[in-house]
Amino acid sequence: MGSPVHRVSLGDTWSTQVHPDIESERYIQSFNVERLINILDGGAQNTALRRKVESIIHSDPEFSLKDNYFMTQNERYEAAVKRKCHLQTIAKRQGWSEGSPELYYSYRTLSGDLAFSIHTVFLKSLKSLGSEEQIAKWAPLCNDFQIIATYAQTELGHGTYLQGLETEATYDAATQEFVVHSPTMTATKWWPGDLGRSATHALVQAQLICSGARQGMHAFIVPIRSLQDHTPLPGVTVGDIGPKMGFHHIDHGFLRLDHVRIPRENMLSRFAQVLPDGTYLKVGSLQINYLSMVVMRVDLLLGEIIPMLQKACVIAIRYSVIRHQSSLRPSGPEVKILDYQTQQHKLLPQLATVYAFHFLASNLLKFFHSSYSAILNRDFSHLPELHALSAGIKAMVSDLCLQGTELCRRACGGHGYSKLSGLPSLVSRVTASCTYEGENTVLYLQTARFLVKNYLQAHGSLGSTSQIFLPKSIAYLTTPYQARCPAQKAADFLHAKLYTAAWAHVAARLIKDSAHHLQTLMQSGADWDEAWNQSTVLHLQAAKAHCYYISVKNFTETLDKLENEPAIQQVLKRLCDLYALHSILTNSGDFLHDGFLSGTQVDAVRTAYLNLLLLIRKDAILLTDAFDFTDHCLNSALGCYDGNVYERLFHWAQRSPTNTQGNPAYEKYIKPLLQSWRSKL
Amino acid sequence: MNQDLRREREAASFNPELLTHVLDGSPENTRRRREIENLILNDPDFQHEDLNFLTRSQRYEVAVRKSANMVKKMRDFGIADPEEIMWFKKVHLVNFVEPVGLNYSMFIPTLLNQGTTAQQEKWLLSSKGLQIIGTYAQTEMGHGTHLRGLETTATYDPETQEFILNSPTVTSIKWWPGGLGKTSNHAIVLAQLITKGKCYGLHAFIVPIREIGTHKPLPGITVGDIGPKFGYDEMDNGYLKMDNYRIPRENMLMKYAQVKPDGTYVKPVSNKLTYGTMVFVRSFLVGEAARSLSKACTIAIRYSAVRHQSEIKPGEPEPQILDFQTQQYKLFPLLATAYAFQFVGAYMKETYHRINEDIGHGDLSELPELHALTAGLKAFTSWTTNAAIEACRMACGGHGYSHCSGLPNIYVTFTPTCTFEGENTVMMLQTARFLMKSYDQVHSGKLVCGMVSYLNDLPTQRIQPQQVAVWPTVVDIDSPDSLTEAYKLRAARLVEIAAKNLQNEVIRRESKEVAWNLTSVDLVRASEAHCHYVVVKLFSEKLLKIQDKSIHTVLRNLCLLYCLYGISQKAGDFLQGSIMTESQITQVNQRIKELLTAVRPDAVALVDAFDFKDVTLGSVLGRYDGNVYEHLFEWAKKSPLNKAEVHESYYKHLKPLQSKL
Repeated sequence: MGSPVHRVSLGDTWSTQVHPDIESERYIQSFNVERLINILDGGAQNTALRRKVESIIHSDPEFSLKDNYFMTQNERYEAAVKRKCHLQTIAKRQGWSEGSPELYYSYRTLSGDLAFSIHTVFLKSLKSLGSEEQIAKWAPLCNDFQIIATYAQTELGHGTYLQGLETEATYDAATQEFVVHSPTMTATKWWPGDLGRSATHALVQAQLICSGARQGMHAFIVPIRSLQDHTPLPGVTVGDIGPKMGFHHIDHGFLRLDHVRIPRENMLSRFAQVLPDGTYLKVGSLQINYLSMVVMRVDLLLGEIIPMLQKACVIAIRYSVIRHQSSLRPSGPEVKILDYQTQQHKLLPQLATVYAFHFLASNLLKFFHSSYSAILNRDFSHLPELHALSAGIKAMVSDLCLQGTELCRRACGGHGYSKLSGLPSLVSRVTASCTYEGENTVLYLQTARFLVKNYLQAHGSLGSTSQIFLPKSIAYLTTPYQARCPAQKAADFLHAKLYTAAWAHVAARLIKDSAHHLQTLMQSGADWDEAWNQSTVLHLQAAKAHCYYISVKNFTETLDKLENEPAIQQVLKRLCDLYALHSILTNSGDFLHDGFLSGTQVDAVRTAYLNLLLLIRKDAILLTDAFDFTDHCLNSALGCYDGNVYERLFHWAQRSPTNTQGNPAYEKYIKPLLQSWRSKL
Repeated sequence: MNQDLRREREAASFNPELLTHVLDGSPENTRRRREIENLILNDPDFQHEDLNFLTRSQRYEVAVRKSANMVKKMRDFGIADPEEIMWFKKVHLVNFVEPVGLNYSMFIPTLLNQGTTAQQEKWLLSSKGLQIIGTYAQTEMGHGTHLRGLETTATYDPETQEFILNSPTVTSIKWWPGGLGKTSNHAIVLAQLITKGKCYGLHAFIVPIREIGTHKPLPGITVGDIGPKFGYDEMDNGYLKMDNYRIPRENMLMKYAQVKPDGTYVKPVSNKLTYGTMVFVRSFLVGEAARSLSKACTIAIRYSAVRHQSEIKPGEPEPQILDFQTQQYKLFPLLATAYAFQFVGAYMKETYHRINEDIGHGDLSELPELHALTAGLKAFTSWTTNAAIEACRMACGGHGYSHCSGLPNIYVTFTPTCTFEGENTVMMLQTARFLMKSYDQVHSGKLVCGMVSYLNDLPTQRIQPQQVAVWPTVVDIDSPDSLTEAYKLRAARLVEIAAKNLQNEVIRRESKEVAWNLTSVDLVRASEAHCHYVVVKLFSEKLLKIQDKSIHTVLRNLCLLYCLYGISQKAGDFLQGSIMTESQITQVNQRIKELLTAVRPDAVALVDAFDFKDVTLGSVLGRYDGNVYEHLFEWAKKSPLNKAEVHESYYKHLKPLQSKL
């Protein structure tokens, strides 16, 4: 056995030593892992703070996640409520306030296995859509958990398309109340987290009807459960929507409202309000309703979606240096499966992708913060770009994180199918992100709409480029680009400028094609909407290419800023190259299509790509260590820091209730089945 | 019935019943299958409870009860034909997951393939009647697909004429076998045979593991369940550790290799025959991929006809989501794939039976190709299906994530197919090995036959992988035959590139194995292209056998869609190989959109033709009558969290918290 473990580990008897197969991977360090951890955390002080929170949480047995895999839905829910309540008590003692980094790190440390997560979403919506008086009234109640709130938008029959929602809020000027009502079965609110069993209040999105006119979607605070005994209030039917693929700890709920009356003050009124006499006043853009969704999407990236793929990479790559299979020479020893080219080809692009996404989401967050304060002050100029960027990036990140997480799971062979690997839970959780907070196809199309509209504006209907101002992220649409890629050999493809330009070329071409296709259809008589639907497959491809371009460009720009960290810059540069080249190869048809790349060049890309796999292979374990997840947080028998995979797997399996409890099926069914055999003996 | 679905069915251009006959193989097969299904549906003993609301232990118990009940019923009904047994299980078990399943799928076939007549006499009858319950224990905790790496040992002791079985390390513990954890009392164990101090490699042994009468593990045996998994909740996948555990000499399966009483080892005549079971299981899995994907398509397409959302034109009512081009683009290529795999599955079954007869007559000539083809097609169809089921699930939006949709269950039940019975990448590389061998054979002047015969043309075509080659054909994108040719050229080109790259590496590297490893990404690509060609070829050949004109038209559209969609996804390969031009790729993309429109009116009828009973689908979204929302609400009310109006955690945790803060 190797050297002692110096990281937070699970304290099993065998985990005092690191497995030599993983220790040897850490022996030569081409870069300082701790520095990379600091960079990913956004500064050494954040790393220190995060680790402090982790040690508080891990030293408290109340927070243990180890029995999660053996629990029923009911038990998981109760455990999550218990943990959340316990965390709140500790937060109070430690002085961690709502929205503080400490609570953010607690959430990360506990893998979000906490109840009342939508409570925070409610608070954020309140702060972006509520007036100052409303915030002053409701925020303290939330912060002290005097109320538990959720956000209820989706309905049984209606999802991403906001205008289709059926729930109604009709203003009654006589009593100065709104009457909130679910007119049909399909209007039943469906899916909101914490709604099923926990929430006392819901922020309900409903069609506002006042003075006989429909004014579209608005948000209303509706009390749904008694603050005395937690029973549903009159007119309220509420419950849990039943078992799901993942999120077993959350009570996603349904809600039917039967003419429930709420005071006029319960409509959130930063951007629109109803006066006592029923007059409707509006002070915002049409898109303002999307603001809460933009807030949520941006938060989700770093808080929820990207860590899933990070963890999957940690587990699969660590396991791949412990697992041995076959040999590379006759009668030679079995080799680590990470030394197989096919295994590298599966895992290393995922590692590169998750680094790309980390930097992409961090920069989107910065852009968001700079635009957000302006929006709250009713300057909406950045909103369309912010909306388009956040929609497309959410769709791309969740799509590829799901694919990557599932790939990592399958790359662990049979053991990846065991819940004890931690991977099934990651997959079934990240997959939800492809449909929640905006179904991905719909989101890509929103981005495409922004791209196509701007393209048409910039190029005019006659195709002449007029000098209009395009938002920064799409400025490349008016930049003249090369018709052929100048690369001559494999090494040329390791230049950031070259592959960024290649993606710009493809994205611009696909956006152009999609805009032209739309125009052609309209010229042949179709109206805009019909033409739009008939070109959506093209729009989808254009939006995806645009997102690739943004992510590649962002990664290269991030690297430029790391010039004081040459060793880290070098290792991240390889990941950036791999990410870019892998994306070119998986979409090679788009690059070959107009002859931008020749067949020979595509072969050169492939050569460069395969060479990179070998280089990154050497640093693979260190690059996963840099995510700095504790073993408690990973909760994986395959992915622990010490590499003692098999002992842990055997030990954990024995704790399964199927082994610790009796087997009633034997007495009831198996024994009678075997009876005839005994009589013959 | 839901109005939307009624309209869809009335508007279909063909009679789905006729297509069902095609899928079943004949009207007679359809009739008999339904007869069997009705036996179950009309049987008062048959209760279908919703497993989604049960704990894992409860689900295991239900599955054991059903298994026991099923054995009895099949005997009562006189169902013995393997095909009919499968139909029976399809409805009875819904997911085919049964703790005693391995007894039939692995224990008995292995006994038949590898046991002597005497051994078959001793074990077969009692295992067929489930008087003993067997399983098949091959995989170990540290070793999977690579058989030679297994560590379990069986050492012969001539003194007592016994084998001594041992699990020498943690990694050698048998891990994963179905039914091993709690149910079985016997296992066929694969172990390294050691006799007279020498190791002779892997052999199969029948090992009693639990005591008859008490079901307790026998002394020297440690056995249990490996814990919760992604799916297969009903299955007790198990572990098995053996410590100096003795079994009689007669328990080694000795049809081929033998150990004499004095410990002398007698070699088998041919080792190819042990492939038999694997080939059978893998060809069965191809059909399983088709069935799982067909189920997923049925659910997603019916739901997409019922669900309305958003608007195409402002002011008009919300359209069915199936009218959105993006939804059609998500689902119809998958529907076409489901049909393609149905036909491939049927072909694999026929071929297996045919070659099995040859083997019976001592003719092993086709076995290597069949082995290579089943390995590759198992990987190809399961990878595709895996992604396709997920795509169907996500096409149902949020509701697809709920267990009420049935889709998560189909997914988690299907996805292990990618790793079990041979991990897919390893399978692809086995196919590649065969392709490389055939390639070498052609280059040494010998012709090859079967599905790889296209390699015979390579030397005359002088394909230069990186230059524009002159292809013998011009692709007609409206002809399945011509498209099959295009796929053939792609396969030939990628096989050639892989072969050349391999040769280059062999020159540069220290060993063939290292060279193989450094070419393996190319090799997998070549195998995929080969399998893709085989699927396209089988689909277009199937069209020739369709008599009915309306059925032919609709299947031809699906076949074209399958071919063209594949080209569009792999456009790089077709462009780089100069198999198609840029303008042809543009035409392909345009034609795909036309085909989506052509398939649209028949989409619901096309999934109806799969003829799944609602019970088998296990989906609220995929109900035949389309009454989705009402049943969704009823289903949710049954959730365990809804048992009490106020959940107990309110009193335990929430109330105390509110008073504390």
